[in-house]
Amino acid sequence: MFTESQTILLSLLIPFIGAFGIALAGRWPNVRETVTLTTAVLLAANVWSLLPVVYAGGRPELHFVDMLPGLSIAFRVEPLGMLFAALASGLWIVNSVYSIGYMRGNDEKHQTRFYVCFAIALMAAMGIAFSGNMLTLFIFYEVLTVSTYPLVAHKGDEATVRSARVYMGILLGTSIGLLLPAMIWTYSLAGTLDFTPGGILDGKIAEPLVGLLLLMYAYGVGKAALMPVQRWLPAAMVAPTPVSALLHAVAVVKAGVFTITKVFVYIFGIDFLFSQPSHRLVIWIACFTIVVSSFIALRQTNLKRLLAYSTIGQLSYVVLAASILKPLSEVGASMHMMAHAFGKITLFFAAGAIYVASKKTDITEMRGIGRRMPWTMAAFSVGALSMIGMPPTGGFISKWYILGGAIQDDNYLALATLVASTLLNAAYFLPFIFAAFLYEENVKPKKDHGEAPWPMVVALTTTALLTFCFFLFHQPIADLEAQILLK
Amino acid sequence: MTLYDQLPALLIAVPLFTAPIAYLLRAHGLPWAAATAAVVMTFIISCSIAATVIGGETIVYEMGGWPAPYGIVLHIDALSALLAMLVTGSSAAALIFGAKSLADEVGEEIAPSFFAAWILCTAGLTGMVVTGDAFNIFVFMEISSLSTYILVSAGPDRRALVATYRYIVMGTIGATFYLIGVGFLYMSTGTLNTMDLAARLGDVTELRPVLVAAGFITVGLALKAAIFPLHSWMPNAYTFAPNVVTVFIAAASAKVSLYVMMRIDYAIFYKNIPNHELQLALLLAPMAILALFAGSMLAIYERNLKRLLAYSSVAQVGYIALGIAMSSVAGLTGAIVHMFNHGVIKGGMFMAVACLALRYRSVNIANLAGAGRAMPWTMAAFVIGGLGLIGVPLTPGFISKWYLVLGALEQGGFGAFLVMVILASSLLAVIYVWKVIEVAYFKEPRANAAPIEGEAPLVMLIPTWIVVLTGIWLGINSYVPVTLATLGAETLLGAR
Repeated sequence: MFTESQTILLSLLIPFIGAFGIALAGRWPNVRETVTLTTAVLLAANVWSLLPVVYAGGRPELHFVDMLPGLSIAFRVEPLGMLFAALASGLWIVNSVYSIGYMRGNDEKHQTRFYVCFAIALMAAMGIAFSGNMLTLFIFYEVLTVSTYPLVAHKGDEATVRSARVYMGILLGTSIGLLLPAMIWTYSLAGTLDFTPGGILDGKIAEPLVGLLLLMYAYGVGKAALMPVQRWLPAAMVAPTPVSALLHAVAVVKAGVFTITKVFVYIFGIDFLFSQPSHRLVIWIACFTIVVSSFIALRQTNLKRLLAYSTIGQLSYVVLAASILKPLSEVGASMHMMAHAFGKITLFFAAGAIYVASKKTDITEMRGIGRRMPWTMAAFSVGALSMIGMPPTGGFISKWYILGGAIQDDNYLALATLVASTLLNAAYFLPFIFAAFLYEENVKPKKDHGEAPWPMVVALTTTALLTFCFFLFHQPIADLEAQILLK
Repeated sequence: MTLYDQLPALLIAVPLFTAPIAYLLRAHGLPWAAATAAVVMTFIISCSIAATVIGGETIVYEMGGWPAPYGIVLHIDALSALLAMLVTGSSAAALIFGAKSLADEVGEEIAPSFFAAWILCTAGLTGMVVTGDAFNIFVFMEISSLSTYILVSAGPDRRALVATYRYIVMGTIGATFYLIGVGFLYMSTGTLNTMDLAARLGDVTELRPVLVAAGFITVGLALKAAIFPLHSWMPNAYTFAPNVVTVFIAAASAKVSLYVMMRIDYAIFYKNIPNHELQLALLLAPMAILALFAGSMLAIYERNLKRLLAYSSVAQVGYIALGIAMSSVAGLTGAIVHMFNHGVIKGGMFMAVACLALRYRSVNIANLAGAGRAMPWTMAAFVIGGLGLIGVPLTPGFISKWYLVLGALEQGGFGAFLVMVILASSLLAVIYVWKVIEVAYFKEPRANAAPIEGEAPLVMLIPTWIVVLTGIWLGINSYVPVTLATLGAETLLGAR
């Protein structure tokens, strides 16, 4: 129907036009929500139509405009970006269904602004996924930061705005202060910023500058939440839960680790980077982040903050996997992006459902809640198992690949970290789940409640099922992602 | 000879001859119309000249047919053409934009002399960028300065007079320094033609007067360009001038002095004085770094919106000075592109401020609460301009910062420090821009505040948005300024 280049362009235009449509339909909530859902479905259909092409080895391109000599705004779809775009656009449908339940069930204000910003954030995510060079990626990266600010500051009171400022301050500060100079440095060395299989920096930079550039990229991409630039993520938890679910468990944070993986694979090139000792630095930072964030999560009682710290750790899994630089682990990195997305969005959906039904946010008050909300808590359990990495959930698969890569590399630090993290994850998820199902209710809710509104239950059940399905049907995805190793 | 060959002369002649006509037109609105017609015509001329020189050639026009070095020549290369476009373009945009705002601020009785001064100012600034004669630059500098004093003093607030007085004193010192320097050069070489100067200075053995000349000229121009800490005339002149005048002088006038500095210091001194680039860097780099921080900090603590933008200009001039200090193609390209881009950004922002001032009768930031809702288009234009100051991608500010950082990276270890300075200053810009956004969008207006009439009239909004959209276009496709600036930088460094 459309050529491949047109499909790429449409992936940006559909959510953009959708945002306008949502704004125009603001006065009629039912029309507005219809526009959101239609936009989401159209976008997913459009993005997925590229899947067979990329799977068969095609790399659709779209050249937009030359911004500077040798530097253009251009798009090129490759397996990593394809996966990210397919994931984000697909989950947007589920998340929109959930949002309708959540925003109405909660009587939130400014709903039109919420849906408009959401659509723009999705456009930015598509731009990041399909970008053909670092400059294009950077542009959409910043659009994503700015468009999510109103979502984080949604509630509008003093404390929320303060958190939102932390959010934007850290993300803008790291990207302008570190990522931008790293990019310009790369450009001055290589004369290009195109994502090229095999990398563009081979032989153009030597130790110890490689380490410096690597760190500038690792911390410049604040969205990957490596410690110590992770604070924006817990701060973003003041947002309504659908935002935390799709953006701060999938689109925004995955944009971060996606960018880092892309930089490793297509800017440095994994063979070149592997020959440089300083890539170990990133391994240490990722291991440190995994362990420390798990300990912090152990001490959280606010459910959403606990999930946020869990996310920080899980993001570092991806960074760790990418920085081991072995074939299995690179595939593992992309697999974990997907597995974690399904699991974590389920967890956030469940947290939001609990909040809408019972207004509870603290895990100490949630004993026995599994009896009132069995579907929700069952889905939560599936998500938690996936975080821990137990079969039969998606988390087991991706961990398998990452461990495989660590063994190929004889990397005992990574192995030990993964084992420790598994135990810690179990330590903060399992007691809560047991208490939710087995104990008597300790805090009476203000009014008697059962499950949350049905759109929310449908959404969280769907994502829990996806977590199962990923366990069973991951092979095509692994095959697709193995292509990133081709030169 | 066709008319086309006479375009360089017409660039100056058209406004110079329109000025007295505008003064004699006493009917309502006619002086404005004459000024606008003249300035728009010069803008079209400078665009067509730019289209010629973008291919890499240089136009040398002999006034009255007298060959150089005996006669005066106009010397237009890529750099001059870019600046000529900036000067005439911002002048034209400000005039078209200002019809209503000026009627509001500048009385009917002084309109003829006001617009005559405006045209002269445009002529003077254009003359400075196209002439190939060092003394001629001084003459045009005086024409533009004297007329700028008139424009600033026309401000509705009586403090405009004090601001103008200060501006006169500082401006005169700057121009005098420049003239003293040119005098020394004439003494050493016996010529005033810039090309001839560059050629003959090589034969001069006694370098001391030349060094003195370099010192006087550079400092004098730094004063006129308001490079920190020589900026003290600027904030109040910008604040108390009529809003439309601020649009024009903020966009163009300091830039022209920076242009002259590049011309003299690179085209003439760079090749002829050993280690001149080092001396220049030692003078300019510390001033520029201080400007980046001091300007931004002063802007952060400023309560008056116009003065906030003026301090931001102090910081932005710092970027340009830093680029000049780098003496590399990338650095100079960054400086030149930023002259142009900052002109577009700041011009657009001051236009938005003029719209706000028309409705709010005040430019105190605290009074602008709720402006985001009352005047959405105006505030959106302001925000886009602000993003440009920060240097967000897809705005012109990103392009100039890109080149500046690229230039800094070539400087080795010290360059890494410069990169940090440039980026830290961008982050400070986030703070002062955000400060305005927060008041305008997220604060409720006071209960006793007078209701706002609504959005600014379309005759103001449309020009504002044309400038804003031009800025975005330049941020996405920067072919014209970057090509001209690269050519200009290569010419200055003698690489072409």
